[in-house]
Amino acid sequence: MARIDIDPVGTQVEEQYGAATAERTKPASVLLSELVSHLRDNRTQLREEWARRITEAQLLTAMTKEEIFAEATSVYDNYVEALETGTFEALQAYARNLSERIIPRGVETHEVVGIVLLLRDVLARSLFAKYHADFTKLNRILDAYEPAANRIANTVAVGFVQERERIIREQQEAIRELSTPVLQVRERLLILPIIGVIDPQRARQLTEQLLRGIRMNRAKVVVIDITGVAAMDATVANHLVQTVEASRLLGATVIVTGLSPEIAQTIVNIGVDLGKMNTVGDLQGGIEQAERLLGYKVVPFGEAR
Amino acid sequence: MEVPILKQGDFLIATVQAALTDADLLHLRAALLQQVVRCRSQGVIVDVTSLDVMDSFASRTLREIAQMIHLRGAETVIVGIQPEVAFAMVQLGIKLEDVATALDLEEGLAHLKQKSESPT
Repeated sequence: MARIDIDPVGTQVEEQYGAATAERTKPASVLLSELVSHLRDNRTQLREEWARRITEAQLLTAMTKEEIFAEATSVYDNYVEALETGTFEALQAYARNLSERIIPRGVETHEVVGIVLLLRDVLARSLFAKYHADFTKLNRILDAYEPAANRIANTVAVGFVQERERIIREQQEAIRELSTPVLQVRERLLILPIIGVIDPQRARQLTEQLLRGIRMNRAKVVVIDITGVAAMDATVANHLVQTVEASRLLGATVIVTGLSPEIAQTIVNIGVDLGKMNTVGDLQGGIEQAERLLGYKVVPFGEAR
Repeated sequence: MEVPILKQGDFLIATVQAALTDADLLHLRAALLQQVVRCRSQGVIVDVTSLDVMDSFASRTLREIAQMIHLRGAETVIVGIQPEVAFAMVQLGIKLEDVATALDLEEGLAHLKQKSESPT
């Protein structure tokens, strides 16, 4: 298999020493292959040592001993391969895959970074032990090993964090999608139940969605239910006023329902003018009023005849 | 660009077809005030469907039109404000207070008919 220099830094170091003896000018790739074969030869022992250190440091407590050992084995093999080939794609893919599996089990970032740094430590110690007699050689081996090991640690940590961020982004997106449904309950009557926290971005999206809904369904009356909104401050209240005003410009009347006593108190205290808004106690009352505005009358089936 | 004003039964319909200059707006205001009495109309519809911008002067003029027409004994409805325009307007704090609005021409006509049948 072709041996590739791991890192440009390593090559530079090589050039600095370039004027020295033939033994010293041995390219870093040769040293690296020596290093890799050392790690391969001592695979079992180093792996066990590593797994022991992980347990000792109480990392990955969410996983069983067997799982840790299995993962340790694959991480070890991937690690050595990355050292050998200098390509990080396989390791990156593995890191992503590993993250996908362990994030749902509650493994923290510090644990993942911790185990990789432990492996780095275990391997470095084994190198010290092997080359302690020849300090120059040890130095040059470390020149080859350290940059690569750093990059590997980096790759794994970044992969983990990226995976985590991806999950967070996806969930945010899902919440956003789910949280602003514009529903038609009757011809020309829309309901917009708002649940959760309203931030400026969401308020904007909410308004846009509602205006589009009004246009699409040719709505005359909209009931905005804010039972699920935990807290309201001046900004949010103003957003609400803006939404109501914009809907009116499209010719729709807005009825706001579900203002809790706390929110009512807050609104009065901060002095937002909701005077022009139609407010009704609960969603049922809101729908009833909307039906009145639209000229519907709901009567029990028996009385209709 | 001049805004055509059409008579439709008891109502006048002014359809804005392109962006209006301030002069056009003032012209529209004068023309509507004149015609609303001449045609003995009960209502005026200003259709702004094709406007993709509504600045403060335009909205103020529309409000003035509504108020003046009210003084001349008729009702005004602004119809066809686009969702994006409505959103931009409230963001900029431009309001069309006390002016009736409707989704489109059809809605506007229905609104005026209802008003003229049951004057409040």
